[in-house]
Amino acid sequence: MATYQDSRYNIALPSGSGGALVLIKTLTASSSGTLSFVNGSSDVVLDNTYRTYIFKFINIHPSSDGNRFLFQGSINTGSAYGVNITSTFFKAFHNEGDSSTGVSYDANNDLAQSTNFQQLNLDADLGADNDQGLSGELRLFNPSSTTFVKHFMGTNNFSHSGDFTIQCFMAGYFNTTSAIDAIQFKMNSNNIDSGTIKLYGIA
Amino acid sequence: MANYNAIKYNGFSKGTLVLIKTLTASSSGTLSFVDGTSDVVLDSTYKEYLFIFNNIHPATDNTALSFQGNASGGSGYNETITSTFFQAYHDEAGTDTSLGYRTSEDQAQGTDFQQLGYGVGNGNDECASGYLHLFNPSSTTFVKHFISTVQVYHRSDFSYNMYSAGYFNTTSAIDEIQFKMSSGNIDAGTIQLFGVS
Repeated sequence: MATYQDSRYNIALPSGSGGALVLIKTLTASSSGTLSFVNGSSDVVLDNTYRTYIFKFINIHPSSDGNRFLFQGSINTGSAYGVNITSTFFKAFHNEGDSSTGVSYDANNDLAQSTNFQQLNLDADLGADNDQGLSGELRLFNPSSTTFVKHFMGTNNFSHSGDFTIQCFMAGYFNTTSAIDAIQFKMNSNNIDSGTIKLYGIA
Repeated sequence: MANYNAIKYNGFSKGTLVLIKTLTASSSGTLSFVDGTSDVVLDSTYKEYLFIFNNIHPATDNTALSFQGNASGGSGYNETITSTFFQAYHDEAGTDTSLGYRTSEDQAQGTDFQQLGYGVGNGNDECASGYLHLFNPSSTTFVKHFISTVQVYHRSDFSYNMYSAGYFNTTSAIDEIQFKMSSGNIDAGTIQLFGVS
């Protein structure tokens, strides 16, 4: 398995070097309906090997305007994605015309004990122009716990179809004591036209 | 070949993440990271340090995960802090949301333990997780900045997302960091210390 240090320097890590951020899997969208990370499938590790996991989103590009980028978890290795989530969501925005700014909570994008997919970007148009998209990250804490809820925190920045930059902050928990062993990403409608999602483990 | 040097970690820095120490709470009054003790490194070896909290479960209901520092050669965890604190919350019933600043959790030249996440429930599945960045604690020129985000399963069945940041207002090196709950023990959970080189 490649590690951050391996990839950067193309050298083998010495034993006991303590390198802690490990690249587990890279998925690249190509008109993809979903992108799923399932423990035990396709070299994905999403269990108690790591306490903390980080998903990195790089240039997530929808196939059409008006999309929202979403995620959910599974407790049955991807047979179903629909775990109870309670979450918060707020955002900061600014338009290219320099006439509109703000920071505020957004109740359209949070969840309260819902099995819906959690929105990662605002309930507004993720632009589909050639140069538009979304980048950011999602951190997932101790998904294999069978004692505690599973906390997550994410932030991303996306280009709105109305030529705004919008930074989104969402966080919450999977309200289950079952282990979360799969995470799926998708758009609310249409495909993920292109983009990359990387999964890292922190030892 | 992929070059992950271009990927920022947590949006603050890039480089190698090195695990220094993991402390596991077991009805612990405090969890302390002291440079030079128990294999802990908290000096000029790294310009940035990262603490990750996983499943911090308090023994007492409705308490806050908090931290303080001790300057090199000093005694006690009581450095002067000026800080900010804001939060977003949402209840499981879907009836109450907010985004706002909290003056009761910030400090202005205070020496109290800085709260990172308050209201943590002690129900069996309730806990707090998150992280704290500490920048260049060994500097003897500058104040020492920190930035934290913590996600809390609140005692009243809310999801709380809490942001705190500030600085130790000292030009002495900070070589010890201690975590504790505002009341009672840390019943369970882990705190890991990483160096970012």
